[in-house]
Formats: sequence, C-alpha cells, structure tokens
Amino acid sequence: MRNLLLFIWKHYFFFVFLLLEGFCLYLVVQNNYYQHATFVNSSNKLSANVLETSRGVKDYFYLKDVNEGLAQENAELRSRLLESYSLVVNDKHVMNDTSLHQKYTYTSAKVVNNSTNRRNNFLTLDKGSKHGITKDMAVITNTGIVGQVKDISENFCTVMSMLHSRTIVSAKIKKDGSYGPLTWDGANFEYVTLSDIPTHVRLVKGDTIVTSAYSLTFPENIKIGVVDSWERKSGEYFYTVRVRLLTDFKKLTHVYIVNNMMKNEQEQLETKSEADSKE
Amino acid sequence: MITELLRNIFRFVALVLVQVLIIKNIELGRFINPFIYTLFLIILPFETPKWAILFIGFILGLTIDMFYDTAGLHAAACVVMAYMRPGILKLFSPRDGYESGTQPTIQYLGIPWFLSYSAILVVSHHLVLFYLEIFRFSEFFSTLLRVIISSLATLLLIVVIQFLFNRKKEQE
Repeated sequence: MRNLLLFIWKHYFFFVFLLLEGFCLYLVVQNNYYQHATFVNSSNKLSANVLETSRGVKDYFYLKDVNEGLAQENAELRSRLLESYSLVVNDKHVMNDTSLHQKYTYTSAKVVNNSTNRRNNFLTLDKGSKHGITKDMAVITNTGIVGQVKDISENFCTVMSMLHSRTIVSAKIKKDGSYGPLTWDGANFEYVTLSDIPTHVRLVKGDTIVTSAYSLTFPENIKIGVVDSWERKSGEYFYTVRVRLLTDFKKLTHVYIVNNMMKNEQEQLETKSEADSKE
Repeated sequence: MITELLRNIFRFVALVLVQVLIIKNIELGRFINPFIYTLFLIILPFETPKWAILFIGFILGLTIDMFYDTAGLHAAACVVMAYMRPGILKLFSPRDGYESGTQPTIQYLGIPWFLSYSAILVVSHHLVLFYLEIFRFSEFFSTLLRVIISSLATLLLIVVIQFLFNRKKEQE
C-alpha cells in the first residue's frame, strides 16, 4: 500500500493528467450521446449575456434585411386575414370555430449566438423555460427550418442547428410526396442532402423540398429548400439529392419556436403500440 | 510576482474574449479555424508548477467550451497540451537550462526555437480537438487537412501577436 502511494506520488503529474482528461472525455461523451442538459453550454448566464450584448451590436447591421423579410411576411399574413377574403354568395361551407383544433403554437425568439463553420453547429435563442420552451421543439423562420431545441435554461435555450452531424429531418418533395431523411454532410452551409428518393420520381432542378408529415417535431409543409442536383450511386436504387437551403444560416436573427400541442398524445400512443408488439 | 500574476490573468481574459468575440466570427471556410487562446498556455512562465499548468489548461478549455457549446472538447485538448508542455520544454532546453526570469517567448529565445516549440503544442491541441469533435473515423483525411491548415493559421496569428507584444515591451 505504501509503495503504491509512493508510486502515485512520484508520478502525480501523470495521474492528475489522467483524472482531468478522463473528466473532459466524460463531458464530451455525455454531451454527444445523451445530449443531457449539461452545465457547460451557452445557455448558461455568463456566456449567454456576453454573447447577447455582442449580438445586439451585430443585429444592427442586418436591420435592412430583417425589415424586408418582416414586411414580406406581414404582407403574406395580411393576405390571409378574414378581411381580405370576399364573401361568396350561396357558399355552403360554414366555418365553425369548434371544428378547428389548434395543433401548433408559435413563439418568436431572437438569435443571440450562431455558428455555421463547424461540423456541429448550434444556436442560442433568448427564450427559455420561463416562456414555456421545452426540449425538442422545432425552430423555423419564414424561409424554412432551422433546427431543434436542445438545452433550456430560465431565459435562454440552445438549438441543434440543421447544420449538425446528428440532425436528421424527415423531408419530402412537395409535388409528389416521396420522402426521405435530410442530413448535412458538413461541406457547405448552403446545401443539405436528401437521400432515399426512389428513381421513378422525375426530379426537376428547382423542385421545392418541404417537411413531411411523419415528423413529430416539425409541422408539415414547412419549406426547406430547392433541388439543386441529384445522383444515383452505383448499386443503389435511390437518388441522393443535393438541396439548396432557402434559409441563409449566416444571417439568422429572428426565428419562431414551434410547439406541437398533440406531440405527447401521439408519442404515448406510439410507444404503447411498440411495447405491445414486442410482447 | 503579483504583477506577473495580474498580467497573466489579464492575458487570459483578453485572449478568451478575442477568441470568442472576434476569431469565432471570422469565417474563412470549414478548414481554417484558428484557436489563438492556446497562446496563453504556450507562454506561461517557466517556473509555473507542472500540476498548475494542467489545472490552468482545464479551466481555460472549459471557459472556451462555454462559448462554443462544446462541453469538455476544448478542455480535453488543452489538458493534453498542458501535459505535453513540460516534456517539450525539456526536449528543447539549452545546454545550461533556461535563464531564470525569462519566458518561453520569441523575445527571449528567438523565432526558430519558439516556432518548433509552439508548433508541436498547437498541432497536438488541434489534433485532439478536431478528432474528438468528429468522433468517428469516416472523415479521417479531411479532418487531418483541417488540423494542418488550422494549425498553420493559429501559429501565424500567435507569432503576429508576439511581435505586437514585443514592441510594446521595448517602449516601456
């Protein structure tokens, strides 16, 4: 025992190194695989506040683009107002309030931190548990999807961006509905990859890609991007499609956090059926 | 001693802020990600105890992690770098050891010495960082290219910063 202690004391430098390195690796692995709400991330108060101040200055330079985007969206929404519909005489269709059930609610948020040049990119938003944000909510902008909420603190939340090696979104081609997983290969922040599209689909450059209905997180038909090019790898019966994102991830300033109010219900039902089928 | 401590604390804060507020936002493509905060570990005084360097590296890494959203990643890279430092210093030491009161900087030991010393540390830091970030072997060579190009960028920036510091000291 004494010899062991002496040995450790003699090589203390190495053992301190092992201890610290082990702890670091533990943090990394925990963060990668379980995506636990770890305490070292930018939703913590100190770094989030510094980044928010810096973002405040930067926002100023994007005001013009943001204003244009907002004005455009305003116009689009205004066109959907009841006032902008003319009454059709003898129309039999009666809109009844109780026949509609709200499924998604939207919270607007400001981006206080963002990155596009790493393999795994994250955003930090200025909305947190105080505003009713929970894990795995969808984040979108008026031009397309952005990502999924990962960690939440009282006033901030971090978002796993579409530009992350482990983000997979179920997407479909709008015109005929064939769907596949959408991932990011890490090469360019303007392009993502849609795989598993059957070869009988007639693809045209410029076809719109939207979210499919099979996602628990994202509402259906949210725009993602347009088809840029496609290829069929030898030995595969599927197209791999290169999709140009409609959203400029470098200029994100204002986003919407989407809450699927029926998510729990659907999830519970599905896990129940899965459990049943295993028996 | 106290002024040395204060100077190092100031250097720590300054380098972290420059890294997360300026360098982080300069995007030169996927392959060039310089991490100049490593300069802090490189030019700590010779007298700093070995165990202290490990802990300083750990804290420095965690601080950067907070801003980069990468729990433990930079800390792991910094701790490896801190572990290698004493060995590298020994390897490159002059015949009669380092003069007391000097620091491992260009100013005291010249460019060739400093470049070979810091290159090893920076490359080891970047190796750990980028491979741990990817966490798989499928992108082995593109990651290697990233390590090499980013290390060159980091070294260039570190040398430039050293020259700015040098000039200041001569004026004093």
